Amino acid sequence: MKPADRVDRVPPSGIRRFFELAEERDDIISLGVGEPDFAAPWAAREAAITSLEAGRTSYTANRGRRDLRAAIARHVSRRYDLDYDPDEEILVTAGASEALDLAFRALVNPGDTVAIAQPCYVSYVPGTLFAGGEVCPVPTRQADDFKLTPDVLRESGADEADVLVLCYPNNPTGATMTADELEPVAAFAREHDLTVLSDEIYAALSYEHEHTSIATLPGMRERTVVFNGFSKAYAMTGLRLGYALAPPEATRAMNRIHQYTLLSAPTTAQYAALEALESCDDEVEAMCEQYNRRRNLVLSRFAEMGLECFRASGAFYAFPAVPGENAETFAEELLEETGVAAVPGDAFGAGGEGHLRVSYATGFDDLETALDRIEAFLDGGHNR
Amino acid sequence: MSDEDVLSVLGENARYSVEDIARQLNLDAAEVEAAIDRLEDEGTIRGYRAIVDRRTLDDEPVRAVVELNVTLDRETSYDDIADRLARFPMVESLHLVSGDFDFMMQVEGDSMREVSQFISNKVAPVPEITQTVTHYVMDAYKEQGVVFGDGHDDDRLAVSP
Repeated sequence: MKPADRVDRVPPSGIRRFFELAEERDDIISLGVGEPDFAAPWAAREAAITSLEAGRTSYTANRGRRDLRAAIARHVSRRYDLDYDPDEEILVTAGASEALDLAFRALVNPGDTVAIAQPCYVSYVPGTLFAGGEVCPVPTRQADDFKLTPDVLRESGADEADVLVLCYPNNPTGATMTADELEPVAAFAREHDLTVLSDEIYAALSYEHEHTSIATLPGMRERTVVFNGFSKAYAMTGLRLGYALAPPEATRAMNRIHQYTLLSAPTTAQYAALEALESCDDEVEAMCEQYNRRRNLVLSRFAEMGLECFRASGAFYAFPAVPGENAETFAEELLEETGVAAVPGDAFGAGGEGHLRVSYATGFDDLETALDRIEAFLDGGHNR
Repeated sequence: MSDEDVLSVLGENARYSVEDIARQLNLDAAEVEAAIDRLEDEGTIRGYRAIVDRRTLDDEPVRAVVELNVTLDRETSYDDIADRLARFPMVESLHLVSGDFDFMMQVEGDSMREVSQFISNKVAPVPEITQTVTHYVMDAYKEQGVVFGDGHDDDRLAVSP
């Protein structure tokens, strides 16, 4: 059977090959994991169990349970000054990934240009292509601490684009952007009438300043879709629950697709999510504090071993520049010689070349061992 | 830097090196060392011990939680009674509590006989102690914040986006 052309246009994930290399060994310490090492808070898990015991196994409303949407509205208002109507402007989805896919399909016309700030999560380019859009890569630079600037937007031709995708705190770089740094990007979007897709799944993990959503800046709410969810902050990746915040017409458009493809997000996960919002702030804070200490540890050790790395300030990633030209070779040799897995930056698009994504969603013991091994690897002749 | 930060890291793992704590908190090692010295001198930090799952030991010690009721008089305070009891090495912990009894005392010994004799020979005869209720510990599930399960094994994919 021949796959459709739209599938053939999209190459398999660059991470896949590295995953297979890592899978061949069972003695590895992986710094290549894009999800928390914690289990979901027990209260959230228990709420899911209780809902199952009570037989809550039916579909929910297409947009998600009303009480969950109301809780999301309160949460994003309190934490991020994002004010959205739970009836008209919030859509609960199977992970933020589904919400992103819905947005590409609901808001991108065939032939539209989607500017994507890179390096970035691996789904934005395929999501654009599946929707028939054209990709305009916007490589951010280490010199800018991987923040998005109007300069790189202009240089990349994003002024001609219809849609702009950005993600801060960023996977894979760990970069964050303050309100002052976002404002020129917002101005660019207003000037060139861009729809903005803002992936804020790591919003809770910003270590040096409060997270600002670009949707809160003047003139941005009406042109922005915000994506968030429970995977990263609440360590609930496997429960697959996220949401989109958008003006009514965009939410309706996304829901049109969602109602025919998913019908509703997983019911059990919605119960867990409601409990997470209501009672798990302390757990989130404790996990956040852990990540921050690991971040400090990783950045200090990199500085001590002479590995060049900008000061990542969010998510759970550091993004060091590796010696030599080729990060892929470096990562493969590191894995082969030391058993430490980390994903080469190339897998995340333009601007990632020559870098390594180091995830610190790993316990201290493993993290210290991995850092010791990286140091020995560099000392053993891989430092240029 | 706050003392709470240092205490929180030590509370997680008291065996982190001073250098490591400094890295985690983005501080100078000298600063951390000085803070720990001071916390020890001031008596905030009273010691460091391993959290042991005693069930794994060949000679698993016997532990009991003992409820104590006391009567006070003009010459004797709670502190006086506590001071007498706390000096016994077999007393692992001693707390004054609210509710139906006054002190909650944890005792640890080599055998049930040893613990029982300690209660009947050393604790019960204290004149102010009017009643003891001894609960032998039958199993342990969690101590000092550490759950004694099989652990949360990492079943995540080795590499994921």
